[in-house]
Amino acid sequence: MRKRNLVIWISLLVALVLQIVPLPTQVDLYRPDWVLVVLAYWSMALPHRVNVGVAFLTGVAMDVLVGTTLGIHSFALSICVYILAANYQRLRNYSVWQQAIIIGLLSSLYHLMTFWVQHLLTDIYFQVDYLWPVLTSMVLWPWVFWLLRRTRRQFSIS
Amino acid sequence: MDTIFTRGPSLNIRLTLALVLSVTLIFVDHKMDGFKSTRVYLNSLMSPLQYIANLPGLMLSESAQRLTSQEQLLAENQKLNNQLLLMSEKLQQFDVIEKENAQLRELLQAPVRESSRKMVAELMAVDKNPYSQQVVINKGAIDGVYPSQPVIDDKGIVGQVMEVGSTNSRVLLLADVTHAIPVRSLRNDIRFIATGSGALNELYLEHVPHSVDIQEGDTLISSGLGKVFPEGYPVATVTQVVRDESRPFARVIATPLANLDRLRHLLLLWKKTNPERDGKDETKGEMVNEEESTDA
Repeated sequence: MRKRNLVIWISLLVALVLQIVPLPTQVDLYRPDWVLVVLAYWSMALPHRVNVGVAFLTGVAMDVLVGTTLGIHSFALSICVYILAANYQRLRNYSVWQQAIIIGLLSSLYHLMTFWVQHLLTDIYFQVDYLWPVLTSMVLWPWVFWLLRRTRRQFSIS
Repeated sequence: MDTIFTRGPSLNIRLTLALVLSVTLIFVDHKMDGFKSTRVYLNSLMSPLQYIANLPGLMLSESAQRLTSQEQLLAENQKLNNQLLLMSEKLQQFDVIEKENAQLRELLQAPVRESSRKMVAELMAVDKNPYSQQVVINKGAIDGVYPSQPVIDDKGIVGQVMEVGSTNSRVLLLADVTHAIPVRSLRNDIRFIATGSGALNELYLEHVPHSVDIQEGDTLISSGLGKVFPEGYPVATVTQVVRDESRPFARVIATPLANLDRLRHLLLLWKKTNPERDGKDETKGEMVNEEESTDA
């Protein structure tokens, strides 16, 4: 039981690290939302283990790592994961490509929400460039899905 | 194993809880600044992740260093030697001038400027948040770093320390939208306030009347009036002045002198402390008075 939970937490930690790995500025624009994608997988596969609570904690960790006001990422991630966990039975039946589209929609929702909250706090302006991660997250989804399903079956987490 | 008994509160309740908590966090952190001390612990808790994330870049630069050819090293050595010679020549003059300046200040009975403590820091990570301009450096509370400490590089002022962790800290860059720095023009000592634009290579000078004597190419140095940055460090050069009479103020754009997009080694500056009165924060008020008297 403990060991299985550990796998979930390690995958989230890896996602957090990938989210902050320094990259050249040109590539940085296209960095996919690793944390969101990994959280999405777990909340779809094991909605009773990983749902809003885990998303909230990961969001706070992300706020600390990224240096935003505490609560912004936890707010956005909680809402995204809520949508997934509430509809997991339907989403599981979709093909991977349809799921990728859902991930894209969620990712844009996530970016718009973090932008919107920060826009209320400081006067920042929106650029369409900020939405590039939506596309890369969609491309990333099938691979993450495959990898995490394999690890889930390997460790037989249910 | 999802029996009815292990489920706990329903999803809706969890979401409401999480959202309420998030909003309180945002409110307390942003409006009331309530997490000053907690943030230090959180940052320290999270710093291992930052060190791990920094590893690939570190290994790349290490291997690049190992793979440089002898020729390159020799060339670089030559270049550095030449630079050293030029610098030490300048420094000789500077020593004389500094002494002379001290003497003149004594004659005028103005307070002599003390040199302050400095420390070299290295860049650890650049911030991933597109809405703000911050970097993380590898010095923290252990090294005596404090919030709102000035940070410079070899060209000019970079920004100020925003949050301190135990082994690393976060620096807010000049170009961030929430940052502003008091400056004055080197040419004619007119004071301005330079605020960040959010783009790394642009600062705006706020509320500049049309009649003010400011030209493209003017160098702006820190004026020391904001009590945060020491006086006299280069900040930016003016790149564009638009005097559109239909607007209330002239639009002045400046470019930071520090290479904010390719930072690597940074210098942390400590407040000047007088030998007579020890203690860092107590002298703050007096230091400001001194600076004001020197400005006058």
